[in-house]
Amino acid sequence: MSPGKSRKQSFEASLKRLEAIVESLEQGTVSLDEATELYEEGILLAKECAEKLKVAELKVKKLTKAMDGQFETEGLKEE
Amino acid sequence: MEQLPLIAEEKKALTVSEITRQIKLSLEQRFPRVWVQGEISNFKHHTSGHLYFTLKDEGAQISAVMWRSRAEALLFLPEAGMKVIARGSITVYPPRGNYQLDVDQLTPVGIGELQLAFERLKRKLAAEGLFDEDHKKPIPEFPESIGIITSETGAALQDIRSVLARRFPAVEVLLLPVRVQGVGAAEEIVQAIAEINRYGKVDVIILGRGGGSLEDLWAFNEEIVARAIYASRIPIISAVGHEIDFSISDFVADLRAPTPSAAAELVVHDRAELLELLRNYCYTMRGSLEEKLSTLRDRVQGLLSSYSFNRPKDLLRESAQRVDELERSLTLKFSHLVQLLHQSQLTLQHRLEALNPKNVLRRGYALVRKEGDLITSARSLGEGDDATIQFHDGTVETKVQS
Repeated sequence: MSPGKSRKQSFEASLKRLEAIVESLEQGTVSLDEATELYEEGILLAKECAEKLKVAELKVKKLTKAMDGQFETEGLKEE
Repeated sequence: MEQLPLIAEEKKALTVSEITRQIKLSLEQRFPRVWVQGEISNFKHHTSGHLYFTLKDEGAQISAVMWRSRAEALLFLPEAGMKVIARGSITVYPPRGNYQLDVDQLTPVGIGELQLAFERLKRKLAAEGLFDEDHKKPIPEFPESIGIITSETGAALQDIRSVLARRFPAVEVLLLPVRVQGVGAAEEIVQAIAEINRYGKVDVIILGRGGGSLEDLWAFNEEIVARAIYASRIPIISAVGHEIDFSISDFVADLRAPTPSAAAELVVHDRAELLELLRNYCYTMRGSLEEKLSTLRDRVQGLLSSYSFNRPKDLLRESAQRVDELERSLTLKFSHLVQLLHQSQLTLQHRLEALNPKNVLRRGYALVRKEGDLITSARSLGEGDDATIQFHDGTVETKVQS
């Protein structure tokens, strides 16, 4: 699995978890201790997500095949 | 009119074969190549591959045959009722004593041949279930890696790149360059779909090209391409031509985008919107917690004031204090985060502004045009050429000296 894969899962997973937290806090049925824990986790997740969105440059690569049939990728320059 | 002597003389009667041979010679020499317009009826597609039919109009009919070798080249399947122009020669078939039109070219009248081929394949694949909704794979909501199958030099790639760079650059784009029109394009597309599936490390594929004529877009109406899209394990977004162009690829793909740019818009979320969403989440979380804290504070206060007898007041005061402290700490964390989100959005705005060519010009760069075209190389200008130089605040006309 590429490093990219795990990053994607964590962005999507982070956002999903954050949504769940927002929902339970809104429902208000959790205890104060739970609520503060959820809140702190939520704030952390939101921060993580925001950090991920800060990636500035689009990476473009070209998929090619080497003589032995293995895949290779090469970067493509911005036009 | 003078009667032909052949027929007039009883004693010199011809055999059936002889007269037929004469007729054959006469007709086949007279009509070696004709174009005949009419309506198809009695159409038979023989198991041998030959086509037999009748061409007719209000007053007459003529038998016609199209041999397999010719019929295989047809992009459409003729059917009864279709108006066509047939090109061919008249041949006589002595064993039956009939004549027929030996067709080597058949063109539908009124509707284009490609259009017919399109409709025919669309009907066929729909019947086979290739367009079924329940076969369509969901498009991942946050793809990390996006495969693009298109021409390396085409406008589609540029369009997709610029939309992704603007909306959500935190993705990786993997290009599989293919020819998108002409001989062999369909085969290259099929191969690219197979290879990217073997490579596997992309979450979604955009397959497409910019606008063109029906002929230009034809590769995306080929049956082999349709089947390759259907077989792909990785979801495919089809983005062929302009909004009005529909291709077979569009019907088979998991999602149709009206243009390549639109495919890029569909495949990623807008980063600014996501930041806004995160910000809203933070406000909601804070609001909910505030509410909880204030309810608690009211309860503690209520207890403190109502209990006049010897209750562990200190404990209650401690609780009240704890609630206050908690609130302060949460507020602090919250304002840090809101600041961070705000900064991200500002950075984004600055980046977008930096992309605006006007701002580049403001830094002292200029654009040079000749007859309206941008000049990107000194070699494109020769002595005496008229050129226009654009600054951030206006343009000047100039003539090249050397």
